[in-house]
Amino acid sequence: MKELVVLSGKGGTGKTSLVASFAALASSEVLCDCDVDAADLHLVLQPTRRESHEFWTGQIAIIEGDKCTQCGLCQQLCRFQAIRDFRVDAKSCEGCGFCFHVCPVGAITMQDKLSGHWFVSDTRYGPLVHARLGIAQQNSGKLVALIRQQAKQIAQKDRFDLIISDGPPGIGCPVISSLSGANLALVVTEPTLSGIHDLERVLGVCRHFGVSPLVCINKYDVNEENSRKIEEYCYSQKLTIAGKIPFDDAFTESIARGIPLVENCSNGTVRQIESLWQRIFESLDRYQGGLKHADLRL
Amino acid sequence: MIIAVASGKGGTGKTLMATSLALSLKEKARVQLLDCDVEEPNAHLLLNPAISGREPVCMPVPQIEKGKCNYCGKCAQVCAYHAIAVVPGYVLTFPELCHGCGACSYLCPEGAISEVGREVGVVEWGNSDGVEFVHGRLNVGEPLALPVIRKVKQFANRDGVVIVDVSPGTSCPVVEAVKGSDFCLLVTEPTLFGLNDLVLAVSMVREFDVPCGVVINRAGMKDGLVRDYCEKEGIPILLTIPLDMEIARLYSRGIPLVVGLPEWRRHFIELFDKIGDMVHEGTGRIKR
Repeated sequence: MKELVVLSGKGGTGKTSLVASFAALASSEVLCDCDVDAADLHLVLQPTRRESHEFWTGQIAIIEGDKCTQCGLCQQLCRFQAIRDFRVDAKSCEGCGFCFHVCPVGAITMQDKLSGHWFVSDTRYGPLVHARLGIAQQNSGKLVALIRQQAKQIAQKDRFDLIISDGPPGIGCPVISSLSGANLALVVTEPTLSGIHDLERVLGVCRHFGVSPLVCINKYDVNEENSRKIEEYCYSQKLTIAGKIPFDDAFTESIARGIPLVENCSNGTVRQIESLWQRIFESLDRYQGGLKHADLRL
Repeated sequence: MIIAVASGKGGTGKTLMATSLALSLKEKARVQLLDCDVEEPNAHLLLNPAISGREPVCMPVPQIEKGKCNYCGKCAQVCAYHAIAVVPGYVLTFPELCHGCGACSYLCPEGAISEVGREVGVVEWGNSDGVEFVHGRLNVGEPLALPVIRKVKQFANRDGVVIVDVSPGTSCPVVEAVKGSDFCLLVTEPTLFGLNDLVLAVSMVREFDVPCGVVINRAGMKDGLVRDYCEKEGIPILLTIPLDMEIARLYSRGIPLVVGLPEWRRHFIELFDKIGDMVHEGTGRIKR
């Protein structure tokens, strides 16, 4: 079984639009939406929900007003400035429990937190594992790890050879959680200075965790000079550009209709996506990937 | 006044908004731009600030003094993040899991734990043509952005106008960046993804008692969905920027909108005036 994760660093480069098309082009796969705090893949794939689960993780401190003597020790020790006027601010509490351990009168309890939900759904291309992290919640990395685990189990049980994961933007906790141990990363960039800057950082994360990346330049014709710079950079780093996709309004239209672009029309963009998928597919075959490729670390 | 520029969905134009707003206001007020998207900071690419200072961001992590430790296991028991494991005769620490809460060192009965700083990122500051600039940069491979965001926000000076460029999403890094703001500007695009993530961003703002308004970027024929939603929720649309290849190309070259097309400056000043009115009148707060 192989696992492809699609990342970008910068948001809005077109990860989800491309993943939706890959879903249609791959013959048999499990899909996993690792962007747990702004998941969008379900909007194109129109899944039927099969299972819904609660995601409980972490804790929050609660101060019992009638027991509290207002000594102030908890406020003084909390590094996250989460306690003010002897009340806990849920948005700031990181659930460390320091206050609970030090309260001299036992006025603080730690309560488990419902941090989100995760789902298993059916799409016309295969099962989709996706999630919704609660607003303002922490632990997005843990939720990503959990849904990737579930996707793997489904793939093993129902004999799917491939998992395609739509990753989150950025380079932090949920990205690391989406990437570590995957066979191959596709990094989708755009020819803007921001796109290039963020590409370099997310490629650094790929190196750090020993996952081989392929690069795709989306909207390459918005600035062809910058696209050339990306190609030169990738060449100098011995990285493969697996595809160049033009700016195309058809993406927005196909999303609005809930159909992956490759099924919505047949134009030059679609042919570019098809050849991009072909390259990815060949690379997946080649890379044994994941942590075994520790020699790729710089 | 602190204005947070957030979005839910990535790539909708937060950095374009934040930089153009800052540049448009610099003649009117003391303006700071704090780039709190520490995973992928981009504002410096448009503002080209002259960096005058930098400071590493360090997370306090435990260091065990072997001679004093009696392997009682208290530290491992109190650590909520499983960053310490104690086996007879040995203490293992996992600094990358540590949140720096300080419980282990405070609660160690033998006083065997001290804290050392582990660098997780850097904060840099400087000036860009009259705009005070601060950004944070999370080190590649580090998972926790919050300490870097907190450090950037310490630079906020409420006497002037502070514009905070926020990362995409709705989880803890976004909340940390928006916290303490007087206004939250939500940037969206008129696509199904844009609307879906705007709804999520609005529920994020709802967690705070701050007014908010929407900017529709890449606006065109299909703004109806976003407009209907905003009307239903009573959220004002404060600015509309059309889908325009020239604007996209300026951004791609790292040229702020109000530098490339100075006629836009007027719109950003108007936007700021509207925000100011809403903050002072206390309007635009969304119902919980």
